[in-house]
Amino acid sequence: MIIPKLAIRNMLGAGAKTWLNAAVLSMAFVVIIGVQGFYLGFDEEVSRSMIAAEYGGGQYWVGSYDPFDPFTIVDAHAAVPAPLRPAIEAGRAVPILIVQGTLYPQGRVFPALLKGIDPLQKLLALPAEVLKPGDHEVPALIGQRMARATGLKEGDVVTVRWRDARGTFDAREILITGIMTTTDGSIDEGQVWLPLETLREMAVMPSQATIVVTAPDSGPAAVLAGWTFKSLDFLLQDIKALIKGKTVGASILYAILLFLAMLAVFNTQLLSIWRRRKEIGTMMAMGVTRGRVIALFTFEGGLNTVFAALAGALYGIPLLSYLASHGFSFSAKQSDSFGFAIGEKIFPVYSAALVFGTTFLVFLITTAVSYLPSRKIAKLKPTDALRGRMS
Amino acid sequence: MTKDNGIIIRTTNLVKIYPLGEQSITALNDVNLTFDRGEFAGLVGPSGSGKTTLLNILGSLDAPTSGSAEVLGRTIENLPHKKAAELRSHHIGFIFQTFNLLPVYTVYENVEFPLLLLAMPAAARRKAVLDALEWVHLSDRAKSRPAQLSGGQSQRVAIARAVVKKPELVLADEPTANLDAENSHAILHTMEDINRGLGTTFLFSTHDDKVIQHIRRKITLVDGRVAKDETIAGR
Repeated sequence: MIIPKLAIRNMLGAGAKTWLNAAVLSMAFVVIIGVQGFYLGFDEEVSRSMIAAEYGGGQYWVGSYDPFDPFTIVDAHAAVPAPLRPAIEAGRAVPILIVQGTLYPQGRVFPALLKGIDPLQKLLALPAEVLKPGDHEVPALIGQRMARATGLKEGDVVTVRWRDARGTFDAREILITGIMTTTDGSIDEGQVWLPLETLREMAVMPSQATIVVTAPDSGPAAVLAGWTFKSLDFLLQDIKALIKGKTVGASILYAILLFLAMLAVFNTQLLSIWRRRKEIGTMMAMGVTRGRVIALFTFEGGLNTVFAALAGALYGIPLLSYLASHGFSFSAKQSDSFGFAIGEKIFPVYSAALVFGTTFLVFLITTAVSYLPSRKIAKLKPTDALRGRMS
Repeated sequence: MTKDNGIIIRTTNLVKIYPLGEQSITALNDVNLTFDRGEFAGLVGPSGSGKTTLLNILGSLDAPTSGSAEVLGRTIENLPHKKAAELRSHHIGFIFQTFNLLPVYTVYENVEFPLLLLAMPAAARRKAVLDALEWVHLSDRAKSRPAQLSGGQSQRVAIARAVVKKPELVLADEPTANLDAENSHAILHTMEDINRGLGTTFLFSTHDDKVIQHIRRKITLVDGRVAKDETIAGR
């Protein structure tokens, strides 16, 4: 126990120098934990957003449906399987019919996916209630991105053309009854939401759907002929991969920060050994072995992490707590740049594993970095050290 | 010389040669000496005569090139690093010309340091430190840092640190070189008191007349050889 005791004594005795190092290292700590927590919060928020607006508890896809292959959409419709109907009637599942179409806003041609959804559904966070059929035009809901791209606004009437199940092209006027603000671009861009029954009628696809979204707590999926259940793990896998990619990008920032902090620790150690060589000689004369001197200097280096954690806690806890409770705001434009749906606010998540894991990692690296210059002591002769020389 | 307390140091044909490029310097040449327990002896001679080299070898900080040095029953030339460190931590105290106090520690902590190495229990350690500070009349400066002390006070702290573990041997390398006459005599009196009170053997390297006035045995080294070994009567 003598080494930790002496190391603490030495570090505290060194005063401002110790705290200056700790301050530098603490910045690396706070930034690493801050950014990691932000991405953790991001991950949670994105999953939550997409589950709320799009994925629910998973989706049944009609056999041939592939959202990444537009050629499959023309045939991707089938009658809603009987076992799913009770859930749909109970509001615990939402069928969505997807039909390819074309919009003609202000004379321009704009390809769009026409998506039919029950205006009374409450399962998905989508303002479908604006789709309640009116007297004349077909009500339609679009997102703000689609509105921006097409120049459409609420109250506008626009022509839509589609091909029905029999292969016949048809066209009709639709009335924009709502423009939704959503951070989930995948229910917005290039899409027009219509009342389900109207779309079924337009496309001559009675009682049919392309996907059926289930409620989050629907339990185990049923095996339905011609339909495939896509779990949340499957539906979120691309998003998770994307976030992971962004996290890797952030790791470069940590590496640079850690490198700078470690450079400071390494330099301090090297300087410390040089400046304290007479002290090292004195300790050896008093009977401290070289191994113990190396251990002492290495431990002192490692203690930088402990002091940095303390210094970081002083300003990091209030700062990160504030961010965790108030969150970061993003505009839809900013959130689009991320490539996936995020809520209006991101609330960083600072888990114990993140805080202690980062502290432990920095401690390990700092200790290793402190050990490297300390190895010089192994070659130091006590008589040279006492004279203030390096062997 | 005190013959009746037993020999604690014996050097036999001790030689120390330092390589210097293609040449070499003979720092000690065929040194044969014995020291008894409780001696208050000085190695005197001009700079480069081999005084510090001999102290370093006797303190197991260095090894001879040839010959033998036996200290407290251990043969220095065959002593592994760990055993040498153990010998120093348990049995030998050092006093340096430049005091070599650990700058970030208080006076108390500096004196306590050798006892921490011995893993002495806290209560016994505290008593030993306070006793040592009382021997050197520095009880009131226990909380001071070395930078707040005068040269004389610093050297008294170094003495307290050297004797706090009650070693059998204290090696003092030019202990008065940085002190004025008054402080030099004061610390020499302190060391004499400890020598008499605790029976600790003191071996100085010095060319300071003030030290020579206090020692009871004077060994003169010239060019690494023992030129004269005399007992000073009446001290």
